[in-house]
Amino acid sequence: MTRPPHLTACHECDLLLREIDLSAEKGTVACPRCDAELYRVGRNSLERSLALTCAALVLLVIATTFPIVGLNIQGHEIETTVFGAARQLWRDDMPGVAVLLLATTVLIPLIELCALGWLLLPLHLGYRPAGFSRVFRALQLAHPWAMVEVFILGVLVSLVKLSHLADVLPGPAIWCFGALMLVLSVLSSIVDYRELWQTWEAAEA
Amino acid sequence: MRAITAAEQGFALCEVCGRLDKMAEHARCPRCNAPLHRRKPHSLERSWALLIAAYVLYLPANLLPIMETRSLFGVQRDTIMSGVAFLWNSGSWMLALIVFVASVAVPLLKLLSLTALLLAVQRRSQGEPLQHARLYRLLELVGRWSMLDVYVVAILVALVQAQSLATMAPGPGVLAFGAVVVLSMLATMAFDPRLLWDIKTNSKSEKERRERERTAPV
Repeated sequence: MTRPPHLTACHECDLLLREIDLSAEKGTVACPRCDAELYRVGRNSLERSLALTCAALVLLVIATTFPIVGLNIQGHEIETTVFGAARQLWRDDMPGVAVLLLATTVLIPLIELCALGWLLLPLHLGYRPAGFSRVFRALQLAHPWAMVEVFILGVLVSLVKLSHLADVLPGPAIWCFGALMLVLSVLSSIVDYRELWQTWEAAEA
Repeated sequence: MRAITAAEQGFALCEVCGRLDKMAEHARCPRCNAPLHRRKPHSLERSWALLIAAYVLYLPANLLPIMETRSLFGVQRDTIMSGVAFLWNSGSWMLALIVFVASVAVPLLKLLSLTALLLAVQRRSQGEPLQHARLYRLLELVGRWSMLDVYVVAILVALVQAQSLATMAPGPGVLAFGAVVVLSMLATMAFDPRLLWDIKTNSKSEKERRERERTAPV
């Protein structure tokens, strides 16, 4: 026996802990010493996570292809999408900022959602997805860099700044980004990484 | 009761899949094949390097203009602070407050608190680790919100172009500012919060060892 089956450790303070079977209850288990969230129990999150991932993917596609905001200056309408904003930054000799914008609002959320779908769908169907640990690692690395909620606030601030110059027209994408923000925050609160690995262990190779 | 850590017992928690294994028996996690470490490797060095880089860029980020507005009345250069002042003067003090917190207060407080955490670990200061751990958790949570101003500039620049009376272009400050946010996020990720608790564990076992030596028969 190389590994005692019911031992675990807190990832923030390294306290050695005994895992208790709490599958009947609902909620989160916190470290008794440093109060960090250890794991969530009884959420049965696989199915709901998969549904929310699909919804978020659809929202992301609409949010990036439709205009976010428009300006009406003396009958002249100007609109922009996320890609439009990135293109303009690139033209203004700011390729670094353009990449940062595209990565944090489109590319990384897309990677995160695709990785989640890749892991969740086969697990839901009862078999192991290919390259599980590599895709899981990508998901883990991508997660902190998706900043859709910050982007929404940025759009709101720029709307206020522009409202002094011209008539501001919120585009369809802003609503989609708003919905995407909500779905992503629900998603990150219900996806349970521990459950993913447990299901993976139980699934057929 | 003395808290027992996994590291003391020779265990390591896999950073990828969260499985606990004996370090002596496995160099890599048997479940996901990620390399096992007791603590994040070179956590302090990496965190310091990224943090110092963020400090260096913090100055140009705040002093250089983040946006240039060209109009019939000439060129107006805006820094982060002048953007906050503009919002405040135009009556949207609520937004001015949000932008001030996200772009001025949070980045500076974040750099200073991470410095304090790193110093606490290096000087083995006997503070309360729980408060330090809470501070670290807060840093992880708020760091991303500083990206706000980068997004504001991106939207404004894309919308206010040649067709209108004024043209807005990004200034060099926005690049430095984005770099500060990314670097300070990386520095926070490189830091290992378990080091904060190791101070206590190590000093206690040190004390016990010394006491044992003192009471041992000569």
